Amino acid sequence: MIKIDAKNVNFYYGDFHALKNITMEIEANTSVAFIGPSGCGKSTFLRLFNRMNDLIPGTRLEGEIRIDGRDIYDKSEKVDRLRKNVGMVFQKPNPFPKSIYENVAYGLRVNGIKDETYIEETVVKTLKQVVLWDEVKDKLKESAFALSGGQQQRLCIARALAISPSILLMDEPTSALDPISTSKIEDLVHELKNDYTIVIVTHNMQQAARVSDKTGYFYLGELIEYDNTRKIFTNPEKESTQNYITGRFG
Amino acid sequence: MKVIEQEILSLKNSISEMWSLVHQQLYNAGEALLTGDKELAYKVISRERRVNAFELKIDSDCEDIIALYAPVAIDLRFVLAMYKINTNLERLGDFAASIARFSLNLPEGEPLDPQLIKETRVEEMLSELLNMISLTQEAFEKESSEVASRIFMKDNLVDEINHASAAIIARYIEERKTSALAGLYMAGIIRKMERFGDHCTNIAEELIFYLDAKVMKHLGKAGTTSEENESLESHP
Repeated sequence: MIKIDAKNVNFYYGDFHALKNITMEIEANTSVAFIGPSGCGKSTFLRLFNRMNDLIPGTRLEGEIRIDGRDIYDKSEKVDRLRKNVGMVFQKPNPFPKSIYENVAYGLRVNGIKDETYIEETVVKTLKQVVLWDEVKDKLKESAFALSGGQQQRLCIARALAISPSILLMDEPTSALDPISTSKIEDLVHELKNDYTIVIVTHNMQQAARVSDKTGYFYLGELIEYDNTRKIFTNPEKESTQNYITGRFG
Repeated sequence: MKVIEQEILSLKNSISEMWSLVHQQLYNAGEALLTGDKELAYKVISRERRVNAFELKIDSDCEDIIALYAPVAIDLRFVLAMYKINTNLERLGDFAASIARFSLNLPEGEPLDPQLIKETRVEEMLSELLNMISLTQEAFEKESSEVASRIFMKDNLVDEINHASAAIIARYIEERKTSALAGLYMAGIIRKMERFGDHCTNIAEELIFYLDAKVMKHLGKAGTTSEENESLESHP
């Protein structure tokens, strides 16, 4: 089943043509990695899936992006409803200045849920889901800032999952983490893709190879190649892709 | 040049050197066999150690590249192919040494009967094998899968000579009972040479995998898939 369907997407920052006629289908319950050099448009494309670029002045989108068949840029589409369905995790862990418990409960509360039993059950469930529960169960009331970087990032993933999205966007989620924390996040991606559709932007080639089912290679705003990850990393179709992944780029 | 490119170039140079050495080993083993030159046969056996040393070095270099540089795409196929070609070249070195040992085992002053050499076409077989190994090296150095694919047809002649040899040698032994040992040696030599040809085709398959990402293993010689082959992917 196609979860995300982007057709002829062009995106502009003022006069700068950042994304050029990109068409891509992402299947449900798969993980897709976007790779490419800095400034190639991969993060811009990712951020279109939950309309994170809307607030940037002077930007313009052409083309169509559908999630579960709905045009997410349609005038009738509610952005808060979209973002409830499409969670996001950023490069740098960004917990709120609240307790560990309240970080995860936050999304539920702002969505109007007042049932404390339900909130508590959800907090415990999502902390277990991101394999953080055993590490924090005795200090749920402590500040989230007391956690290590890797723990904070898993907490942010728990926060995103607590409101039951169906898509999780991850923009370089491990670039600020040590190898052990990185490995935990990667294991988590493997687990989560059974229930969520995951799109991950990464500069780490091996990470893309390890965690994704499909990989898209972007260059200068174009989607150069999009195929099964195994194919991209063993026998890419395009010479440009091969030059990038083998480090001979430029 | 990037570090991984330097490593790959260095691996390429080592394997190319090993290729030339193995070619020379077979040439010398053949000369020793046809001329009865025992000194040359000793030289082949002694130089087998150098082939083995290359094998160890190339194994180690491949492991280092995989562990340290995590190659992908064509770089990964190159390292995987070299790892296997290395093993095949080492086996070719063993066969050359075995052929040299046959020469040493022949009774003093009794080289192989020229009639037997002529009838079994062993000289032609040897020449074809030298041609095959040269062609594999040419395919490697020119990075040409077209040259590599020519090897498959050449192996047909080697197989044909091998198949015909049993009857020829049986008749030879029957007619010259006192030369039975020479006949048996010749049967052993031809068998080794036939295996040599098989290893050359394995090398050609690995080169095509490296260059074109095509898996040629277990295909018929015309390139058709054997119906007996099955995919494990459909049987988890």
